[in-house]
Amino acid sequence: MWKRAFFGAVVLLLVGAAAYASFFIAPTERTMGLIQRIFYFHAASAWAGMTAFSICFVANLLYVWRRQPNWDSLGVSAAEVGLAFITVVLITGPIWAKPAWGIYWTWDARLTSTLVLWLLYLSYLLLRTLIEEPDRRALLSALFGIFAFLDVPIVFGAIRWWRTQHPAPVIMGGPGSGLEPTMRAVFFFSVLALHALMVFLLAERYGLEKLRTEMELLRREAEVV
Amino acid sequence: MSLLANTTILLGKELRTEFRSRELLTTTIVFILIVLVLFSFTFDPLSEEARRFGSGLLWLAFLFAASLMLQPCFLREQTNDTLSALRLSVSDPFAIFLAKLAANTLFLLITELLLLPVFAVMYGVPVVGVLHWLVMVFFLGSLGVSIAGTALSAISAQARMRELLLPMLLLPLLTPILIASTEVTASLLDRTPSVQWKGVGFLVAFDLVFLTALWLFGEYLLEE
Repeated sequence: MWKRAFFGAVVLLLVGAAAYASFFIAPTERTMGLIQRIFYFHAASAWAGMTAFSICFVANLLYVWRRQPNWDSLGVSAAEVGLAFITVVLITGPIWAKPAWGIYWTWDARLTSTLVLWLLYLSYLLLRTLIEEPDRRALLSALFGIFAFLDVPIVFGAIRWWRTQHPAPVIMGGPGSGLEPTMRAVFFFSVLALHALMVFLLAERYGLEKLRTEMELLRREAEVV
Repeated sequence: MSLLANTTILLGKELRTEFRSRELLTTTIVFILIVLVLFSFTFDPLSEEARRFGSGLLWLAFLFAASLMLQPCFLREQTNDTLSALRLSVSDPFAIFLAKLAANTLFLLITELLLLPVFAVMYGVPVVGVLHWLVMVFFLGSLGVSIAGTALSAISAQARMRELLLPMLLLPLLTPILIASTEVTASLLDRTPSVQWKGVGFLVAFDLVFLTALWLFGEYLLEE
């Protein structure tokens, strides 16, 4: 209990500090102005969401391999938390795009593939609600999760090849790209903070899923008796 | 070699089942026809727009039709629990998938080729000169749709709301197929037709990735 409260407090502090840093420490961007500050949460949420989906993929693989219910719990928790972060990305994106590009939404590579990714994990969670039996639900959703994760780079490749009008990646985008040093520091601090938040939410959701599984088991036993 | 032998026998069984009634093929053909007719009301079908949007409409119609056509693929085996019999009779469950996806590819290809002339006439798009290339794109696209669709219909057959579930799982997964096939088809239907090898390679890559995934994980999809 105390451990959770402590962890929660640390996460709160980190996210608060990241917010402070992105508003007051990071310099104002030259062309976009204040609105660019949303970047520290927008892009950092995207990274945290992608990490969550990667955790989901690994958990799916391990479930298929080992068949331990814990991996299923981790998989669904990571998918839900990842979906929440990607939802934040999809909401903050248009808020940023409107003043920067003049439109809320454009069908370019990263936006569209993020949207397809979001849809795929939405389907993953919906699929889970439609299968009653726990073992079957775990196995089939894990397999769909694997297919969906494999699809993501292909979707990205397809959209990037055929329809793009997007600025080149700023971070790790090759020569000529890159952030001003303070911006870079604030950005990576935000990435750290949002990852901490993601791990915290994941741990909480995982605990909840474990309790649910246990309850389901007890209910079954009671029905048998 | 037993994989190939098993697949051939199972494919024969799939084809016999379908060609006895031909209900899957006829229903799908009529469905695509309806969709193509309905699409024509959304813009002027004989304008220059048809060249630009035609290939996209065509593939969208194929994808929707496939997501419905693939429903009975595994569902059919549930009535008399023939899936258990199938699993007992082959050493490698991948043969079941291979046979089903080969049959589905064939069914899709047949419907597509039967409807291509209708599409060409209705939307005023000449297809004769590039027919062999179109067949290649249709084959590669349908193969990808069938690989992913056969795998997912094994999932949806075991869930509730399966009629809605399969399109919901399948359509977002097929985004790359839709994009690549549409682009390749569009450049073939252009006033100066050309083959977009990039797109063709992309379709081949998609097919290979998902075929490998099915080969690795297919047997788990059929677990009791």
